Amino acid sequence: MSKIKVVHYINQFFAGIGGEEFADHKPEIKDGVVGPGMAFAASFGESAEIVSTIICGDSYFNENLEQAKKTILDMLKDIKPDIFIAGPAFNAGRYGVACGTICDAVKQELQIPVLTGMYEENPGAEMFKDKLYIIATKDSAAGMRSAVPPMATLALKLAKGEKIGASKEEGYMPGLTRVNFFEEQRGSKRAVDMLLSKMAGKPFVTEYPMPDFDRVEPNHAIKDMKSVTLAIVTSGGIVPKGNPDRIESSSASKFGEYDITGVDNLTADTFETAHGGYDPVYANTDADRVLPVDVLRDFEREGIIGKLHNKYYATVGNGTSTKNSKNYAAEIAQRLKNDNVQAVILTST
Amino acid sequence: MKLELGYIDIKDIKFSDISKVENGVLHVNAKELEAIVLEDEHLKAVSFDIAKPGESVRITPVKDVIEPRAKVEGVGDMFPGVITKVATVGSGITHVLRGAAVVTVGKIVGFQEGIIDMTGPGADYTPFSKTNNLVVDFTPREGLTAHEHEKAIRFAGLKIAYVLGKLGIDAKPDEVKTYDFPSVMEGIKAYPELPRVGYVLMLQSQGLLHDTYVYGVDMKQSLTTMLSPTEVMDGAILSGNCVSACDKNTTYHHQNNPVIEDLFSEHGKTLNFAAMIITNENVYLADKERSSDWSAKLVDYLGLDGVIISQEGFGNPDTDLIMNCTKIEKTGTHTVIITDEYAGRDGTSQSLADADPLANALVTAGNANELITLPKLDKVIGTLDYTEKIAGGFAGSIDGGGNITVEIQAITGATNELGFSRLSAR
Repeated sequence: MSKIKVVHYINQFFAGIGGEEFADHKPEIKDGVVGPGMAFAASFGESAEIVSTIICGDSYFNENLEQAKKTILDMLKDIKPDIFIAGPAFNAGRYGVACGTICDAVKQELQIPVLTGMYEENPGAEMFKDKLYIIATKDSAAGMRSAVPPMATLALKLAKGEKIGASKEEGYMPGLTRVNFFEEQRGSKRAVDMLLSKMAGKPFVTEYPMPDFDRVEPNHAIKDMKSVTLAIVTSGGIVPKGNPDRIESSSASKFGEYDITGVDNLTADTFETAHGGYDPVYANTDADRVLPVDVLRDFEREGIIGKLHNKYYATVGNGTSTKNSKNYAAEIAQRLKNDNVQAVILTST
Repeated sequence: MKLELGYIDIKDIKFSDISKVENGVLHVNAKELEAIVLEDEHLKAVSFDIAKPGESVRITPVKDVIEPRAKVEGVGDMFPGVITKVATVGSGITHVLRGAAVVTVGKIVGFQEGIIDMTGPGADYTPFSKTNNLVVDFTPREGLTAHEHEKAIRFAGLKIAYVLGKLGIDAKPDEVKTYDFPSVMEGIKAYPELPRVGYVLMLQSQGLLHDTYVYGVDMKQSLTTMLSPTEVMDGAILSGNCVSACDKNTTYHHQNNPVIEDLFSEHGKTLNFAAMIITNENVYLADKERSSDWSAKLVDYLGLDGVIISQEGFGNPDTDLIMNCTKIEKTGTHTVIITDEYAGRDGTSQSLADADPLANALVTAGNANELITLPKLDKVIGTLDYTEKIAGGFAGSIDGGGNITVEIQAITGATNELGFSRLSAR
């Protein structure tokens, strides 16, 4: 295999051009290694080569964001590197933001693997750790020696398209992706140790920082239901008998849209649940228990609601990631809007 | 309450004319066991098989795994309130056939779950690739309801484990461990300077194939309550629970609850293991509120300094978990929660269905959505007929060569939330 081609991005300071007074330095590309690239080259050995180094002043980059991005992306188009590395930026704020921004652009626009490194309190870390692999470094350039080996190792894996381990193993900041690995101690022992630290007021690290939970405010109540077209959407897995779309019993990869024109009542012969997370016996006997078509038809006849929408949407909530659920909901909502549905009953299980 | 566990190490298991434990080998007379199982009119036939560590064997769909144990001395008998009379167990002497397990399999209803691979990459994810397994496959009589069918298989598995456990009564243990759980007053007097720690064990109680039984009581009908951890070692808590097999506690997990063991090993050294609370995970909001209120009330009443809360399952029970955690934290008691994650196959989704900033100390047993490919193995005990339907499977899970690609949630015990294994995620 030929050597992996690396392009390295650094700022004017690490390029040896100068400090703050040279922060307006425009993007420039040089052949081979400059500054900290030497440490990377040593770490790569024969497996990879830094073919070019791009240098840009921190002020220039942040004050001329679009132009700087465009110039740098153009520089990369011909080189087609296997991996783009920026920094490490340590605790230099504008440098960190520049590293994150340019990595994100290279990844999005050119589909080239990218990697950067910085101190966890660098503002660039907060902005990009859920988008990029960012190796956590010390807060000053004195930490170069410890920053380079994990960056070089991860860079090679990314360039080769190898499986990337968990953040704790590889040294990147948590937030991008959750990856399984085997700990040294079993979970119960880790829990006891964590509790002892917590009770003693000693530092401890939670294994999953709480996400900002997306709580949705309910919409305003509808005052007059008599003229409303009402739809039903369920995560309870109610599907036509036989599960024609083969919606999974857990971790649903899709939702289904089903026509209930002329259906007055869901029976054991016509509908069932695909859901694997609850006792299915009662839903299979009478799926109206989860998807209340029967009573809504009564409401329709009695004029309590205007009309029951002729399509319903179903997926399986069991084990389905919140991210996927959100995507399905957005698509379902759009279709309901297109069909002029004004109200929805969501049933879960 | 003081219980001595005598561990008899089982290194091999074989069919034989006479059932016995001899030189670390469990001999099983399948005919005898068959007769005992078929005393139940609900069951028409039963077949037995053996699966040992390292063999090219796949067991699926798994219902429960049970460790054979027997009471040698003390009040009550194994599996009280279900297989034997109700009596408070947890004291005296109990013998354990360590390294042996009874694994029940077969179709029950819809989405019967669980894969155990005895070798290959899947074996790393389940503790039951390391046990010598007697695998029992049941055929029910026609016309049984799903609930009758489930109960018949649950009881039959326990009966078999009970009978096998008895074989170890006269055997000499390879190791003896003593677990002495003090009363509240004894604990305070013995360790006045140590933090008083409790364990809140959440038990799945959502209906068919999602139930747990305590002294025979369906846990969904119980308020949050307390017991001695030694009672759990004597089979006071039994599983009726196997759907999304990765994070369901089999009976074996309850018998060998690692939180209990790890709290005992620190007891009197760094902490005072003062209480064990069990609570349920029902489907109704009112039940969730009531049960978590009672968890917090008991913790507060006992004046604990900290608790470990272990969840069972995911999604809906995430709500119970966060309610228990936040309400207990608000009593001024420190918490650590053990859970697992559903972060999507690519790991980029939010991992839990509920969250709160007070849940700031969390141990994770891994992302259950992560995919794994299980290469074809030589022998299947049970059937692959349901692999695409079980939780973790999907259309196309089995390829032409017999390889299975599933989420690890299909593997029995893969992300167990008692913290039974070392799998984790970051």
